[in-house]
Amino acid sequence: MNLIAQYADWIYLVAAVLFILTLKGLSSPTGAIAGNRYGMVGMALAVLVTLVIAPSPNFALIVLAMVAGAAVGLYRAKTVPMTQMPETVALMHSLVGLAAVLIALAAVHNGDQHHSTVQRVELFIGCFIGGITFTASVVAWGKLSAKLAAKPLKGGWVKPVQIGLALGMVGFGGHYFITESLTSFWVMTAFSVVLGYFLIAPIGGGDMPVVVSMLNSYSGWAAAGIGFTLNNSVLIIAGSLVGSSGAILSYIMCKAMNRSLMNVIFGGGMGGDEAAGAAGDAVQKAYKSGSADDAAFMMSNADSVVIVPGYGLAVSRAQHALQEYANALTEKGVKVRYAIHPVAGRMPGHMNVLLAEAEVPYEQVQEMEEINSDFSNTDVVLVIGANDVVNPAALKDKQSPIYGMPILEAHKARTVIVVKRSMSAGYAGLDNELFYLDKTMMVFGDAKKVVEDMLKAVAH
Amino acid sequence: MSSTETVAQAATQAAQTAAASLPVEQLVQTPFVATFTIFVLAIFIGYHVVWSVTPALHTPLMAVTNALSSIIVVGAVLQTVDIGGQAITLTSVLGAVSVFLASVNIFGGFAVTSRMLEMFKKKKK
Repeated sequence: MNLIAQYADWIYLVAAVLFILTLKGLSSPTGAIAGNRYGMVGMALAVLVTLVIAPSPNFALIVLAMVAGAAVGLYRAKTVPMTQMPETVALMHSLVGLAAVLIALAAVHNGDQHHSTVQRVELFIGCFIGGITFTASVVAWGKLSAKLAAKPLKGGWVKPVQIGLALGMVGFGGHYFITESLTSFWVMTAFSVVLGYFLIAPIGGGDMPVVVSMLNSYSGWAAAGIGFTLNNSVLIIAGSLVGSSGAILSYIMCKAMNRSLMNVIFGGGMGGDEAAGAAGDAVQKAYKSGSADDAAFMMSNADSVVIVPGYGLAVSRAQHALQEYANALTEKGVKVRYAIHPVAGRMPGHMNVLLAEAEVPYEQVQEMEEINSDFSNTDVVLVIGANDVVNPAALKDKQSPIYGMPILEAHKARTVIVVKRSMSAGYAGLDNELFYLDKTMMVFGDAKKVVEDMLKAVAH
Repeated sequence: MSSTETVAQAATQAAQTAAASLPVEQLVQTPFVATFTIFVLAIFIGYHVVWSVTPALHTPLMAVTNALSSIIVVGAVLQTVDIGGQAITLTSVLGAVSVFLASVNIFGGFAVTSRMLEMFKKKKK
């Protein structure tokens, strides 16, 4: 035991290296599984060492809490459907945030510990980041799981309230810093928790992919903040890794949605309402529509088919039927690939997981950059449940709100088949000229029903 | 890569200058610059490692980083302690609750990540 305590920092270092390897492993699906194991080992090492070096730890309480936590966590991990991953991840962020708050509160109430001035600042920072992360993630979870209205909170009063809460939080934090007043610390915590709500409530449901990534980052910074207080390097390292990971994901998501982070946080949405009104004014344009059988016939006679799945596919749970259909096409000698836009799902990489769950081979799934140059050599593009991510206006129309957003260039293919419920506008509320091209055929109906019909048509 | 190295050098230098300007005994008590150096360097490692993650695995990345940020459990364990011989204090109860919350995340995060990664693996054959 003494030996372990003596080398505690070394073991923490090993844990930190294992955490870095965990992230490194994710550069390929083969290395990722080993990476995940490194993470588990690192975590186990860090926890065991901490148990040894903790001054008079209450083992009964700790073990009880861990066993209960493990039971809840493992159950949830086993049962959660992949479509619900975004809200699950949001919920997990809120737990990290809340834990950070409780640890900070526990620390300020700990009579055995004296906190230096630097530590008081760190406690304050760790606690308020945790508080914001906590409620902000709960709101994000609510919006993603449709338990809260996805509509943004609007009004001129929102910004003053945010600023007021932020100032109050910093003010009481400062008061705690100078006087070590516990009351001020609690009030500061309360302010941060309320601020978390008001930071995310004004952001629309469609921007949640960015928000979830951002909160991922916050939860890391909260851990790092607590690490500073405890002067514990493994917390600081793990926290910073997570913090920068979340920041990068937010950046990628913003770029894919053609928005800046500032715009998402302070800008208040793409104005779905106004844009939808504008689209309603548009004159009725001519489009071609066909049946699932027609579509299936075209694809069976093609050499290459690229499938562009959107979130609509996941909503109607059509991914398994789609993969069966893709297999049937492959057997007929058609080259089938999937093209994934970065914002195809509700969080970064979400669509990839949904397709992987439907047993789509990893090699068939291609990212936007990989496949965009191939569309002009493709016979048929099948767009299912996607809209804005294939809207050519993003490339050509400078007036369009989505101008500049990177898209999948489906309009370059020889034939385009679009499966859609109706001609209604997409999330951004924009009309999509792809639907009116001569080479485009619309197939109306529920994605799953249409795919099943196509599957039947191929089987006969 | 070279940018990381330059920053690493700069950070080490900054740490050394800061160390040199402090008396020795004070240095032992004020490791803030040292911790801060770790912090800054870890951000740079994170930045470079995460850019190498394939976009297809961004969801597992978020799930596993969630588990990693629950390393905060270390802080929670350090508060779940007997104070002045008393087992149940505000501190120990708050500590135990945060051990619980962090454990949900640790076990849940790693488990759901491996569940997702298995899905990607199956198709590798």
